[in-house]
Amino acid sequence: LRGEALVINDPDFQHEDLNFLSRSQRYEQAIRKSSLMVMKLREHGIADPDEIYWFKRTCLGPFPEPFGLHFSMFQKTLETQTTDAQKEKWLPLVRGVNIIGTYAQTEMGHGTHLRGLETTATYDPATQEFILNSPTVTSIKWWPGGLGKTSNHAIVLAQLYTQGQCKGLHAFIVPIRQLGTHEPLPGITVGDIGPKFGYDEMDNGYLKMDNFRIPRENMLMKYAQVEPDGTYVKPLNDKLTYGTMVFIRSIIVGDSARSLSRACTIAIRYSAVRHQSELKAGEPEPQILDYQTQQYKLFPLLATAYAFHFVGAYIKDTYRRISGDIIEGDLSELPELHALTAGLKAFTSWTANAGIEECRMACGGHGYSRCSGLPDIYVTFTPSCTYEGENTVMMLQTARFLVKSYTQVSSGQRVTGMVSYLNDLSRQRIQPQHVAARPVTVRINDPISLVEAYKARAARLVEAAAKNLQAELNHRKSKEDAWNRTSVDLVRASEAHCHYVIVKLFTAKLSEISNAAVRAVMTELCLLYALYGISKNTGDFLQAGILTDTQVNQVNQHVKELLAIIRPNAVALVDSFDFHDVHLGSVLGRYDGNVYENMFEWAKKSPLNKTEVHESFHKHLKPMQAKL
Amino acid sequence: LAAPPHRSLQSDGVNPDLASERLTASFSVEKLTARLDGGAEHTRMRRAIVEAIESDPAFSRENQYFQSQNERYEAAVRRAVHLQKKMREMGWTENGPEIKYIYRWLSGDIAFLLHRVFMRSISVLGSDKQVAKWIPLATEHQIIGSYAQTELGHGTYLQGLETTAVFDIATQEFLLNTPKISAMKWWPGDMGRSATHTVVFAQLYVHGKCYGVHPFIVQIRSLQDHSPRPGVTVGDIGPKMNFEHTDNGYLMLQNVRVPRENMLSRFCEVQPDGTYVRWGSQKINYFTMTTVRISILSDEVILPLMKACTIAIRYSAVRRQSKLKPGEQEAKILDYQTQQQKLLPQLAAAYAFHFINIYLHELFDRGYQEIQGRNFDSLPELHAFSSGFKAMVTQYCTSGVEICLRACGGHGYSLLSGLPSLYTRVLASCIYEGENTVLFLQTARFLIKCFMAASAGQPIPPSVTYLSSAKPGKCPAKDKLDFLSPDVYLKAYEQMAIRSVTKLQHLIQSGAEKHEAWNQCTVQLVKAAQAHCHYITVKIFVETVEKLDNKAGIQKVMKHLCDLFALHGIFSNAGDFLYDGYLSGAQMDLVTASYLDLLAVIRMDAVPLVDAFDFTDKSLNSALGSYDGQVYQRLYEWAQKSPTNQQVSPAYGKYLKPLLQNRLSKL
Repeated sequence: LRGEALVINDPDFQHEDLNFLSRSQRYEQAIRKSSLMVMKLREHGIADPDEIYWFKRTCLGPFPEPFGLHFSMFQKTLETQTTDAQKEKWLPLVRGVNIIGTYAQTEMGHGTHLRGLETTATYDPATQEFILNSPTVTSIKWWPGGLGKTSNHAIVLAQLYTQGQCKGLHAFIVPIRQLGTHEPLPGITVGDIGPKFGYDEMDNGYLKMDNFRIPRENMLMKYAQVEPDGTYVKPLNDKLTYGTMVFIRSIIVGDSARSLSRACTIAIRYSAVRHQSELKAGEPEPQILDYQTQQYKLFPLLATAYAFHFVGAYIKDTYRRISGDIIEGDLSELPELHALTAGLKAFTSWTANAGIEECRMACGGHGYSRCSGLPDIYVTFTPSCTYEGENTVMMLQTARFLVKSYTQVSSGQRVTGMVSYLNDLSRQRIQPQHVAARPVTVRINDPISLVEAYKARAARLVEAAAKNLQAELNHRKSKEDAWNRTSVDLVRASEAHCHYVIVKLFTAKLSEISNAAVRAVMTELCLLYALYGISKNTGDFLQAGILTDTQVNQVNQHVKELLAIIRPNAVALVDSFDFHDVHLGSVLGRYDGNVYENMFEWAKKSPLNKTEVHESFHKHLKPMQAKL
Repeated sequence: LAAPPHRSLQSDGVNPDLASERLTASFSVEKLTARLDGGAEHTRMRRAIVEAIESDPAFSRENQYFQSQNERYEAAVRRAVHLQKKMREMGWTENGPEIKYIYRWLSGDIAFLLHRVFMRSISVLGSDKQVAKWIPLATEHQIIGSYAQTELGHGTYLQGLETTAVFDIATQEFLLNTPKISAMKWWPGDMGRSATHTVVFAQLYVHGKCYGVHPFIVQIRSLQDHSPRPGVTVGDIGPKMNFEHTDNGYLMLQNVRVPRENMLSRFCEVQPDGTYVRWGSQKINYFTMTTVRISILSDEVILPLMKACTIAIRYSAVRRQSKLKPGEQEAKILDYQTQQQKLLPQLAAAYAFHFINIYLHELFDRGYQEIQGRNFDSLPELHAFSSGFKAMVTQYCTSGVEICLRACGGHGYSLLSGLPSLYTRVLASCIYEGENTVLFLQTARFLIKCFMAASAGQPIPPSVTYLSSAKPGKCPAKDKLDFLSPDVYLKAYEQMAIRSVTKLQHLIQSGAEKHEAWNQCTVQLVKAAQAHCHYITVKIFVETVEKLDNKAGIQKVMKHLCDLFALHGIFSNAGDFLYDGYLSGAQMDLVTASYLDLLAVIRMDAVPLVDAFDFTDKSLNSALGSYDGQVYQRLYEWAQKSPTNQQVSPAYGKYLKPLLQNRLSKL
């Protein structure tokens, strides 16, 4: 962390509290810091992607940056989807930031459903150029980060037309601003999409193209190609793009863990500082962290933050492990990992999204002030429920895999990996009742036994969804229609599957912890995570006969006991996340707990306080009182 | 009653995807609007007022999303001043029937709202003499008031306030002080920059004895040049999640003296010799505070949910994605079951809460009559109602608005959708006027008391008599259609509420020390209060639907919404209904089937049902939710107005150009 301190204390990276700046000022600050960071990268000769990632996190903290897509999507796509000749031309420019690029996929009228994109790239063999067009308002590229004001190039996804035929979506490198003047090129309309909930520092942009021509060589041609005469050459394998998606979704799972950890750090530290009401008559006001209702709001989230950390690490490791196979052309493990990460991306981002809000609410009025840092964490995090695949759509992708696996099992095949519990279904077939109706003896203070309970719940909900889908299919002609009419069940099945995976991974992690004290406290958190999840979904467990009424009472009782057990370690458990005050960006969550005096100091800097008497007194109030 | 121009079907330029939704309405939208307004004459008056305000450019909110905190504040002050003028012109008065429609349209985006609270607190807590002195000054805006109760370190728990007011017999004054930093007044609206006066709540000390928290009128700024008075430190508390237009303030008092007459003394007084006298019943005052919780529900809480539903449902009829049938056009996202499951329960809740709000207002009006007649019997019940429903409705509406926001995908995240502002506003209601967890616990305390009284054979208030009618049994439903019978689901709710209360009684009685036992049960106590309020809401919805006449198809469509609200509640809290076996697992599957069927039925009326809320485009202020459904065109036009596109950003010249080191001019 010496490096972190170096950057944090570097005067070049200092700036006024962002909460007091206008959007344009925040954008300017972000550009300043990003540019500075690139200069320092050049200075130190840092080129390793992991090192760059670490350095960026330290320089920029948790805030979005206008160069974000340049380093992630723009550079990555050029590295993976270009020919050698294209690499030679573009990569030095991109790596040295001689050009700044972004990735323009989403359109105003089209998001998650990629095939619906309307932008066209029509090949003209006469000039050997592609002609790019935005034929409708809905086809205007909308949302890409860094597109509005920062970038001078973009990778544009468009429907390729050659020899009069549409060949589907392909990627093109499109220059959008004049080098040297930064003015939009003729035929390009580009700008900022306006204010958003958060991401003030990001110039999410729009891009409209009118008969804009680019050379044939600007199509990314590693896989599909258009030859000079317009002949289209098909790509070999389309599963390869799965790899990138798995990677990005694994980052979101990690983000969920980090964002929720930050929110928990703030809320738990503040709850130790804030005093309110009385628990015992005549005694001083207790810390609000001593109230059961407050513990019930915060500690399950703390446990969740730890659970998601382990899940994020697992996906990243798995991806690393099999990415070698991917390069070798062995894609056998990809479909499951792809399906699993889709669901986990949705599950963790939904949970973290709600959890951050819960933390903010748990801080009462002060959580609503921007000085708490919680509004910023929320507005920065919440779009991850939408980007890189809308969550409901993600859950349905996982469901598709689950149903497929279920069908395989029904037809006598065995399945492997996280869905292998479905294999047990065939053995149950002889019994007329539900799978899960078989008695599971659940020991509620044993994580391994709870994993079994979650497994039984997932099996039951997958089976129910698959059967309902089959029933719909028997009634209707359209497969899509039947799928749509079962989609609520399918999402539930995916959620149960993801929940099971998380409890399983958390539990598995416990045995890897060598320090006994750490293992003990992690075991408590793991139990809390699993039991709280049951208490919030008792319907599923009761309906499937996995738990009895008495056991549900015991679960609720045990959750309350765990709250009291975790209470003495609560602050230490958030301190372990090790967020520096500068990156936490919260007056309520300061490490030293000096909340109130610093709130006052912070407020004094508010823009409304610039002058002792606000100008609107002279403009409006005084004339009003004079008139009366 | 003719449809207003903004609702006309003939008008050109309506997106065909939205126009087609309006052709299939199963009921008369105009009649439902009149029903929601409480009669066609109210609808007419409301529309006339909205028309008068919207045609006045001084009230325009066109550039709201692009303004800074300073600009928003100034605009709110300007609007408040202009409103005074407008009211005189139009002959509208503070006590007239128009006022609620005016403020409803303004949606709180105006200054001096706390000035109104300042006036109300003087009217309620002040002596006749004090009312005569201060109210005319405030009415004429010679002074601008605020209401300073909350402190930096103290909120919901009033006894914990630390500000002091010490009586000085020698000068016949109170000496007000902020003894430490956590005692600073923090959050009061209009106080940071605007107010000249404020009502300060402080611990009263006379002859060294503390008499508890009392209200004092304190002048904080000069009436000449608006500078802070000696001993007063006052300012704005800085940016928040919303309310940029409001100057929520801080206030520190150092030996600030106010005359003895400035303590509000309708109920108690410090006499010149320092004798403390209390008279009359403070219960009426207590009642007034209780009613505030109910009075915020309609405009601050339910209205945002109605607006969010309007925006999200209209947008979902315009937005198309993926194909449901091969070869066809991409489907409207409103046709997806998962989208219906997100939005339609929120729509049903908006109606449910509209009706419960009417019920609560009638209840409180009756209560007020009784209290006027010095009958305070209904006070505990009313208090429990106001606490529990404030907590439940604010919580539900907040999560409902957020669901609507996220159901609009990326575009919901743009401020131009209007949804982020609706969300950040409504969520503040979960905290102000009493933190929700604390309020639920107050309702729970009432329920437990009543249950114990009933067990001892004592009479209990009508709203809770069901608690003593517990009979063991099982739900009789055999078919999914049985769950469309209000008797069936009401009984299930009633049983569930009874169980959650009776379960607790044992816990409380078994507790070794009472307060310890209480803290050990608070999680379940909150659940019990929620179950009670949920049950009452379903019950009132059912009773309202029964009373509707079925002309124009209104009763039928409201019955669907009522069923949906009830079944969605069971579906989402399945465990609570399965526990104890009142509903079986098989019955829960029937509930789910019935609930999913209802989604498809209500889907057909979804757009007309939000049209009936009758919001004008200007009051929605949303690029996604306009009546004509021209979503994309509007989004593009509005984005181009963004200051980021109007001004040249210095970022390129200052930072990007040196970075790019471009010797290249073309690639």
